[in-house]
Amino acid sequence: MATTEVERRRGQLAALSIAAVVIIVGVPLWWRTTETYRAWLPVSQIKELAKLQLHLSADVEVVFARGTVTPEQQKKVPLTQTQNMEHRVDEDTALSYRYETRYRTATIMEEDALNQPTAAEADLSLHTLSESPSGSLVVYVIPESSSLLPQNVDVYIGQRRTALLRIGSQMRVGKTLEQLLAHMEPRIKQVLHVMSFSHTDITAALSNRVRISPGNKESIADSMRAFKSSPGYEITFSLLNPDPKSHRLHWDIEGAVETYIQPLLTKLSPVANFSIDSQTLYYAMLGVNPRFDSSRSTYTLNADSLAHVINPVEARLGSNAASSNPVLNFLLYIPDAHHSPLYIHDHKKQQVPTNAFHSPRWGGIMVYNVNEFYEVDTVFPVDINIDMAKVMGVFLAQLRLLLGVQSSTPPPGFLVAPCGNAGLADWELDRLMWSRSVENIATATTTITSLAQLLDQIGNIVINDNIAQQVSSAVTSLQLAVSELEAGNLGFALQYSKEAILSSERAFFDPSLLHLLYFPDDQKFAIYIPLFLPMCVPILLSLLKIVSEARQKHREKKPKKD
Amino acid sequence: YVRGIFKNLHGWFINCLRYLFCCFQDRAGQFFSSGHTNNWAVLVCTSRFWFNYRHVANTLSVYRSVKRLGIPDSHIVLMLADDMACNHRNPKPATVFSHKNMELNVYGDDVEVDYRGYEVTVENFLRILTGRLPPSTPRSKRLLSDDRSNILIYLTGHGGNGFLKFQDSEEISNVELADAFEQMWQKRRYNELLFIIDTCQGASMYERFYSPNLMALASSQVGEDSLSHQPDLAIGVHLMDRYTFYLLEFLEDIHPASKTNMNDLFKVCPKSQCVSTPGHRTDLFLRDPGSVLITDFFGSVRKVELTMETINLTDPIEQLESAESGELQKEMHTYADQLPVSEIIHQKPKQKDWHPPDGFILGLWTLILLVFFQTYGVKHLKHIF
Repeated sequence: MATTEVERRRGQLAALSIAAVVIIVGVPLWWRTTETYRAWLPVSQIKELAKLQLHLSADVEVVFARGTVTPEQQKKVPLTQTQNMEHRVDEDTALSYRYETRYRTATIMEEDALNQPTAAEADLSLHTLSESPSGSLVVYVIPESSSLLPQNVDVYIGQRRTALLRIGSQMRVGKTLEQLLAHMEPRIKQVLHVMSFSHTDITAALSNRVRISPGNKESIADSMRAFKSSPGYEITFSLLNPDPKSHRLHWDIEGAVETYIQPLLTKLSPVANFSIDSQTLYYAMLGVNPRFDSSRSTYTLNADSLAHVINPVEARLGSNAASSNPVLNFLLYIPDAHHSPLYIHDHKKQQVPTNAFHSPRWGGIMVYNVNEFYEVDTVFPVDINIDMAKVMGVFLAQLRLLLGVQSSTPPPGFLVAPCGNAGLADWELDRLMWSRSVENIATATTTITSLAQLLDQIGNIVINDNIAQQVSSAVTSLQLAVSELEAGNLGFALQYSKEAILSSERAFFDPSLLHLLYFPDDQKFAIYIPLFLPMCVPILLSLLKIVSEARQKHREKKPKKD
Repeated sequence: YVRGIFKNLHGWFINCLRYLFCCFQDRAGQFFSSGHTNNWAVLVCTSRFWFNYRHVANTLSVYRSVKRLGIPDSHIVLMLADDMACNHRNPKPATVFSHKNMELNVYGDDVEVDYRGYEVTVENFLRILTGRLPPSTPRSKRLLSDDRSNILIYLTGHGGNGFLKFQDSEEISNVELADAFEQMWQKRRYNELLFIIDTCQGASMYERFYSPNLMALASSQVGEDSLSHQPDLAIGVHLMDRYTFYLLEFLEDIHPASKTNMNDLFKVCPKSQCVSTPGHRTDLFLRDPGSVLITDFFGSVRKVELTMETINLTDPIEQLESAESGELQKEMHTYADQLPVSEIIHQKPKQKDWHPPDGFILGLWTLILLVFFQTYGVKHLKHIF
C-alpha cells in the first residue's frame, strides 16, 4: 500500500513538474521566439504633433519719410505694435498669425534714396542701404507730393522686400498718430496680403492634412497647377523638329539655361534641388492637325484641341530613370514648313501673344514660328538660330507658374515691379518659402501620424531600428521647424521642414514595412492546435486529477477531525 | 413655304450655336469637376501556364485600350505572370490574340511589360501600390502617383471568395488589398481609383474597401464563376474572358474626346451575355458616377491653360568658356579585374541569423514526455488519464 502511495505521489510530482516546466519555461520561450521585433517609437510625441498648432510671424517695418508725419506725431514714433489673428481650420489644426510692426522715421540716407527719379531706382538704392532678412518687410510711407509713383498708383511693390506707400491727402491734417495709423492700416494689410503670407495660401498649403472644399474656380485651378513640394525637380528642355529636311535648328541651350534659368534656380535652392537636361527630337509631330485660317493665311490651333497635343509627344520624351523626382517638361516646337506659321488661338479666336500653353503639373509647350527666316529663294534646309531670350522668357513665366510662385492679381492701386533677371522677387521667394514650410510640416505630420497609426493597428509588422531612428529624427525636425516658424526664422524653418519630410518619407516608404502577415483567426487556431493540444491535454487532466484528489482528501479529513 | 423652311433652318442653326456655346461652358466646367491632372494604370495578370492564355489576353487588351486613349507607357505598370507570346506552345509566336480567327493581335510591337514572370508576386504588387519599393527600383517599375492622379487598377486571374491567386502558389486577400488602398489614401497617392477585377467571385474582393474615392467593378458575384468567352481551335485555348471581351468591345467605341460616363460602363456585359452577374460598388466614391467620364480613368486627357505672360529678358547670353585645357594630362589606368575569382572561391560563409530548428517545441515536449514515461513506466499513464 505504501508503494502505491509513493508511486502515486511520484506521479503527482511528475505531473506538477511538467506543468511547471511548461508554464515557466515553455510559454515564455514560445512568446520570445514568435514575437516580432518592434523598436520603440516616440508615440506620445507623435500624438502631440497630430494636433498641429502653427504660429506664423512676420516682422514689418513701417518707415515714415519726411513730410508724412507732423512733428508732434513724430515724437510718438518709434513704437511697436503686435497683431495676432487666430484661425481654426479643423479640430486638429489651428493657425495663428502674428505681425510685429515697428514704426520709425526715415534716416537721411533713406531720404536720399527716396529722392530718386523713379520708383525702380529708389527701390534699388534702398536695397543697397540695408538688406532685410527673409520673411520680413519694409514699407516706406512717402508723402502725397512725391513724384515717385504715377498718378493712379498708391503702392509700389519692389523687387526685394520693400514697398512704397503713398499717403492720401485726407490722412494728414491735424490727426493724432493713432488715427493716422488706423487710417493706414487697411492699406498696410493689403500690402501684407500681397507680399507676405495670406490665409488663403496657407490653408491651400495645408491641403494634404485638411480636406478643404475649395472656394472658387481660380483657387481650384491654382491648387491643381503647381507641383507639390518635393526635395528635387527635374527640368527637361526639348526641341521638337518635325521637319529636319527644311529646318536646321541651332539653339544655344546651355548658354540660355546658364544666363536665364540658372539665376532663378540658384535663388530657389533653399526650396528644392533642380537638375536640368535638354534634348532634341526629330520627326516628332503634334498629335493634332492644325487648321488653315484663310483670313490671316496662317495655320491655327484652337484652345480645345491643345489637350490632345501632349499625349502623343509624351511617349517620346524620356526621363531620368534614376530619380523619382517630378519632371517638368518644356517643349519648343518648330512647325514644319508646310504648316508655317502656326498660331494658337484662345476661346475668343484671338491669337495668344506668347504662342504657348502649359499643362498643370506637367510643363509647357511653345510654338516658335520660323517662316520669317525664309528668303525669296531659299535652299532647304535653312539654318535657323533660335532667339533664346524670347523662348526663355516664356518658359520662365511657365516655370514660375508651375512652381507656384505666381500670386493672384494685386488689388487696385498697386503696381508690382517686374521680377527682373533673376526671375523671382525676394518677397515672392518669401511667400513660396512660407507656403512650402507649412506644406512640408503638414505633410510630414500626416505621414508620421498615419505611420504610427498603421504600426499600431497591425501588430505583425517588424519595426527595425533604422525606422525608429528616422521617425525620431522626423519628430525632432518637426518640432524644430514649428518653433522656428513661430520665431519667424523662415530659412531655418524651411530647412528643418525639408529634413522632416525626408526622414518621414524614408520611414514611411521603407521597404521592410510590408504587411504580408495577415492571418485570419481561424488560421491561427489551425496552426497552433495540432502543436499544443496533444501535450496540454494530459497535463491538464493530470492537474485536474490532483486537484480533485486533494479536495477529496480534504473532505475525508474534515469528518475525521470532527 | 420656302420662307417657312428657311425660318426652321434658321431656328435650328441658332439652337446649334447655343448648344455649342453650352458645350464650351461645359468643357470649362469639366476642367474643375474631375480634379485630376494625370492618369496611371496598374494592369495585373496573375496566372501562369499556357491554358491561362486568356488572362494574359485580358490584360493586354485593357493595356491596348488604355494606351490608345492616351496614357503613356511611363504611366502604366504592366504585370504579366507568364509569357504567352513566346511560349513554346504558341502556334503563332510573338502574338497574343483576343478574338478568334486571329482578328486582333493585342501584343503588338510596342508592349512594355514592367513585371514579368516570377516578378509578379503579391509582395511586389503590394509594394507597387504602397510605394515601398527598394531604392534601386527603376522609374518604370514604380507607381509615382500623387494626390491628383486617377488610377485604374485591373486584376485578372483565378480567384475565390475573398482572395485572388497569384502564380498558382500564393494569394492576396481582400483585407490586404483594402489595407493597401487605405495606405495609399493616407499618403494621398491617388485622387480617385477605379478597381476592375475579372475573376471568379470577383465581387468579394471589393467587399472590404473602406477608403474614400474608390469605385469598383467585378465580373461576377460571390458564389458565381466568371466564364471564358470562346476557344480558338487553331491556338487551342480560350482566348478571352467574357467580361473583358465585352469591356474591350465597349472601350473600342471610346475615343479621347468622348463623353461616355460610368453608368454605361456598369451596363457592360449583362447576365445574358456574361452568364455571371457583374457587380459594382460606388458608395465610397464622392462624385456621382453619372458625371464621371470613362476617359477620366481609361484615358489621359490633359488640362491645358494658355500662357498669358512672358518675362522680358534683356541680358545677352554669356558665352561659356570652352572646357579644353592646354595640355592633355596623361593618367595611368590599369585593367580592373572584373571577376575576382580568388575572392569568390575563398569566400567566408555568410553569417546567417540563428533560428531555432524546426519543430523545436514539438521535440521539446516529446523529450519531456519520453523521459517521464521512461522513468516511471507506462503504468503511470492511468494516473494521468
